[in-house]
Amino acid sequence: MRNTITIFKRELKSYFATPVAYVFIIAFLFLAGGFTFYLGNFYTGTEQDQATLQSFFGFHPWLYLFLLPAISMRLWSEERRVGTIELLMTLPITTMQAVMGKFLAAWFFAGIVLSLTLPFWFTVNYLGEPDNGVILAGFIGSFLMSGAYLAIGSFFSAVTRNQIIAFVTSIVACLLFILAGFPLVTDAVSGWAPASVLDTVRSFSFLTHFNNITRGLIDLRDLIFFGTLMACFLLANVLVIDVKKAD
Amino acid sequence: MIEIRNLTKHFGNLTAVKDVSFSARKGEVLGFLGPNGAGKSTTMKMVTGFLTPSSGTAMVDGFDVQKDPLQVKSRIGYLPEGAPLYGDMTPLSMLKFVAEVRGIPAGERNGRIADVVGKVHIEGVLDQRIDTLSKGFKRRVGLAQALVHDPEVLILDEPTDGLDPNQKHDVRQLIREMAQEKCIVLSTHILEEVPAVCTRAILIADGALKFDGTPLEMQLMSRRHNAVALTVRAGGGHDIAALSRIEGVDAVDQVDAANGFESFLLYPKDDVAILAPLSRVAHENNWEVEHLSVEKGRLDEVFRQITSTGA
Ligand SMILES: Nc1ncnc2c1ncn2[C@@H]1O[C@H](COP(=O)(O)OP(=O)(O)O)[C@@H](O)[C@H]1O
Ligand SMILES: [Mg+2]
Repeated sequence: MRNTITIFKRELKSYFATPVAYVFIIAFLFLAGGFTFYLGNFYTGTEQDQATLQSFFGFHPWLYLFLLPAISMRLWSEERRVGTIELLMTLPITTMQAVMGKFLAAWFFAGIVLSLTLPFWFTVNYLGEPDNGVILAGFIGSFLMSGAYLAIGSFFSAVTRNQIIAFVTSIVACLLFILAGFPLVTDAVSGWAPASVLDTVRSFSFLTHFNNITRGLIDLRDLIFFGTLMACFLLANVLVIDVKKAD
Repeated sequence: MIEIRNLTKHFGNLTAVKDVSFSARKGEVLGFLGPNGAGKSTTMKMVTGFLTPSSGTAMVDGFDVQKDPLQVKSRIGYLPEGAPLYGDMTPLSMLKFVAEVRGIPAGERNGRIADVVGKVHIEGVLDQRIDTLSKGFKRRVGLAQALVHDPEVLILDEPTDGLDPNQKHDVRQLIREMAQEKCIVLSTHILEEVPAVCTRAILIADGALKFDGTPLEMQLMSRRHNAVALTVRAGGGHDIAALSRIEGVDAVDQVDAANGFESFLLYPKDDVAILAPLSRVAHENNWEVEHLSVEKGRLDEVFRQITSTGA
């Protein structure tokens, strides 16, 4: 645990050692704001006296799809490319501690960025009378989902020393997890597969679980879904590092 | 302290390290020699627990690196090849990070860091981004992070590579100072370094161990060991044939002829001393001797002998 925290601190500091963190924060806030206010009919919603952040959260899966792999791509690829992985993995720490420290730092950073959108929450409270419980659930769901993206991204970053490849493969993998709930995929499956298969495919979708949560229903199953997904990818991450550290 | 048995590593079809065994004790400075691609770094990576051996074992202080990796890693200070460092950190934050991971109690960290910073002379750059440091400073920061927990075992992969002569001298000096209370393994392909710092030399080529002994023993293997270098004024009636007839001389090479002087190298039969018979002959014939010396043997020659013939 102590080692995980030490690595966590080092990683988190390194985000702010370069302009990357600031560029990322500005990009996220700009896009989140832009999507929500101009594309999401934020105002029409409130005019109908239904102040919500539904449209704001609706864009998160898509924003995360491109922005979070940009955070996770360097987690391990960079260590491999520069060779610091040799330094890190010959310190008296376990691979699990290294993977968790890095992942938690990335997730915490995503949490910081998400928390910077809290003014949106204040805004809807100023404009109308939203259901604050639902909004809280939305933030929790969004944070959980960002963890899932980052776990996937961390895994793909561990596979290659090339950040661009890590970035692209993470996006593709995350996109599959989004699309699993889309008619595009579900229609393709529903034509021939039994309903149980369709449900299984749909149950792998980020959207299914995320939308459940943002509706204000924090169901244990949705929490377990994101938790299990993160655990699986992080374990795979540990295995990849253990097996092919030096390649 | 280090015990390596039948260590082997395959990369696909390539066998980078073949059945290498050796050991090293406290107080020893073991020079790990070999041409590029010989398998030096690969061996070190297996000892430090970065690479998993294909077969064989590496033990440090009685702990098997595969069974107790953390025990082994906590006893080793390691400078990987090329001294990789986190470029976005400063030397100070890097050393603090390593000290913390190495489990140095918070109260002792600053003292330990100040100590190693002084040893490797990086006081002036402690707060500069590592990215912006010169190669020499980076190497020294790499050394500092390997020393910060005062390890019993030091493994240094080409610690003097890319340093200027003064920096090389400093690093050798530092290694000599620490030699007493540690077990040090360092790889190098700079052979002058070996007699200067190492108490033992190990030579590997193509992944296999070719020599294990003291630097002196290595010099003894040289054909030039006990050879005599002779420079005389030309025209004194000496030639290769005359020199070859001298008692104990096996062969003669003419190495130089310039400014009216000729230089020869006389190799002895079976290491016998040939200086005395040679000087007697020179005296009898009134040769004008400009230079006469006994060669100690050259490591680079032994190095070539061993690594190029594939013996
Ligand atoms: N990760 C790797 N994958 C494949 N081959 C490798 C790897 N690391 C080293 N090698 C090969 O193993 C051999 C030994 O390399 P190395 O131990 O670095 O040699 P040295 O340090 O003595 O110069 C070389 O032929 C090198 O190309
Ligand atoms: Mg090497």
